[in-house]
Amino acid sequence: MTILKLAVRNLLGGGMKSWLNAVVLSLAYVTIIWTQGLYQGMDRQVSRTMIDAAVGGGQYWVEGYDPYDPFTLQDARLKLTGKLEELAQSGEAAPVLIVQGTIYPNGRVQAALLKGIDPEQKVLMFPSSFLKDSDSEIPALIGSRMAQSTGLGTGDTVTVRWRDVHGTFDAQDLQVVQVMTTSIQTIDIGQIWVPLKKLEEMAGVENEATIVIVKKGLGQAEDVPGWTFRDLDFLLQDIHQIVKSKTVGASIFYAFLLFLAMLAIFNTQVLSIFRRRKEIGTLMALGMTRGKVIALFTVEGALHAILAALIGAVYGIPLLAYFVAKGLGLPVGTADSFGFAMSEKLFPTYSAGLVIGTTVLVFIITTIVSFLPTRKIAKLKPTEALRGKL
Amino acid sequence: MDDSVLIRTVDLVKIYPMGDQKLIALNQVNLILRKGEFAGLVGPSGSGKTTLLNIIGSLDVPTRGSAEVLGEKVETLSHRKAAELRNKHIGFIFQTFNLLPVYTVYENVEFPLLLLDLSASQRKKAVMAALEWVHLADRAKSKPPQLSGGESQRVAVARAMVKRPDLVLADEPTANLDADNSHHILDTMEVLNRDLGTTFLFSTHDQKVIEHLRRKISLVDGRIANDETIGDENRRKRP
Ligand SMILES: Nc1ncnc2c1ncn2[C@@H]1O[C@H](COP(=O)(O)OP(=O)(O)OP(=O)(O)O)[C@@H](O)[C@H]1O
Ligand SMILES: [Mg+2]
Repeated sequence: MTILKLAVRNLLGGGMKSWLNAVVLSLAYVTIIWTQGLYQGMDRQVSRTMIDAAVGGGQYWVEGYDPYDPFTLQDARLKLTGKLEELAQSGEAAPVLIVQGTIYPNGRVQAALLKGIDPEQKVLMFPSSFLKDSDSEIPALIGSRMAQSTGLGTGDTVTVRWRDVHGTFDAQDLQVVQVMTTSIQTIDIGQIWVPLKKLEEMAGVENEATIVIVKKGLGQAEDVPGWTFRDLDFLLQDIHQIVKSKTVGASIFYAFLLFLAMLAIFNTQVLSIFRRRKEIGTLMALGMTRGKVIALFTVEGALHAILAALIGAVYGIPLLAYFVAKGLGLPVGTADSFGFAMSEKLFPTYSAGLVIGTTVLVFIITTIVSFLPTRKIAKLKPTEALRGKL
Repeated sequence: MDDSVLIRTVDLVKIYPMGDQKLIALNQVNLILRKGEFAGLVGPSGSGKTTLLNIIGSLDVPTRGSAEVLGEKVETLSHRKAAELRNKHIGFIFQTFNLLPVYTVYENVEFPLLLLDLSASQRKKAVMAALEWVHLADRAKSKPPQLSGGESQRVAVARAMVKRPDLVLADEPTANLDADNSHHILDTMEVLNRDLGTTFLFSTHDQKVIEHLRRKISLVDGRIANDETIGDENRRKRP
């Protein structure tokens, strides 16, 4: 307690320099929280979009199904029974049948995943209703990226070839009834959405699916034999991974800021111990143990972090509050380059955990940096210190 | 040991290594100081006054021999014990005042008490009393840079006295003061010596200080060359 009181006096008595150090540290501090909040917001926003339009509340996958391995698709389907059938019937789950196919747009050959979905489904915010009431034999829905890579547009027809349940190849024309604009690549690139019943017919199966997407908020109902439940952590891990990789650049930036601040504090500590060696000698003469002198100087340095947090709060809170309310506008076109669903406006989120975590981290680093130069005191003789020697 | 003995040094030797050579700063010093003395180490520059004072103050250790202060052998004290001894029983006064610059006069005087874990009200009482002794109660809120040399040294005296130590060690306390301030500060210390029974040991080559001493211990080349008690008739009359 006493040490803290003395340290506060010393720090504030240090004047301009203490404040300058604290301001630099506060910059690092606010930048860390600001960027981390931005990425947390990004992660949250993207996750939400993904949940709404593609992932749902989780998915049952047929055992053996691996989206990265098209060969698993051949047998990756199963009849809906029991609980899954119940869920699908009540509209709380949307079965999706996936069949590997090939399309021939403009004479080129291109692999495409045919995905059958119920046009009436209400599980995802996905424009499957375009597949309803169409005159075309096989109405198809594709994303804008798929449209671009194939050169297909609304109204265009293209030949598709697939293998049915017996392994027999079959081919037919499908017609693109709608090109949907979506920011989500996982329901766009390389995929063609068709009505579920139609795809079942094409594949020669009935009431079968490859994955069953449950409604948002439902989660896993129970274990269903033959199916593996994939929860949100699993389904969104790629997204989290991408966001994390985006933070690396920002981390380097604020690590640099933090480094500068720490350099300033380290330097201040070294200088202050040198300039105040007579004071150190006096403190020892007055009966302070070396340990206490070291503690005093360490606390004094560590207090920079507290001061920085206070200063940072003064300009940081209004700044952060502004962006939380107004969002951060992203330049047009950046959304796609992120490699995942991004709307034009990014709303950062600042959790208590982020703020507290950052505060504790900055405080610990500052304390260590403040402590290091004080080891010199441990070797200091009181008589030498009093004579102004180090 | 005789109860009234405060300091006893036995064949005290302090040697500083100087490159290949050795510098003998103190050479076989045998000294006894009793409670309530008002004594001074007198001698030319380099005679070992500060060295002896520092060892007695447990800021330094002897190379050989023994220094017993308030029943503690300085040469065997741990750092912690030495700090405790200084904090509780010894007050220091320095030639350059050594006030803590960012603290007020009040806080400077309060400092030793903060280390002693006294209650706030106890501290306040003691600090105000100490400031009264040196007639600086009205400057309690000033900071050291705003004080004159004489005032600064009076704050230092208050800081040394506030915990009512058994012993005050003052290393050339008047070297940076003019004649009036020197006598003033010594008068103050004499009063405290008389009223509180505090033992004072000075180091000085200042005639003004010597005039106040009741015992003059002369050091030459690290040895005690002369040790005399000065009767009241030979001392400066108090104004
Ligand atoms: N830390 C040290 N290292 C080496 N030599 C030292 C050290 N401290 C003191 N000395 C030497 O020891 C001798 C005694 O020094 P000391 O400071 O005790 O003298 P003093 O009587 O206090 O002198 P002054 O009146 O100038 O203050 C001197 O020759 C000095 O140079
Ligand atoms: Mg000296």
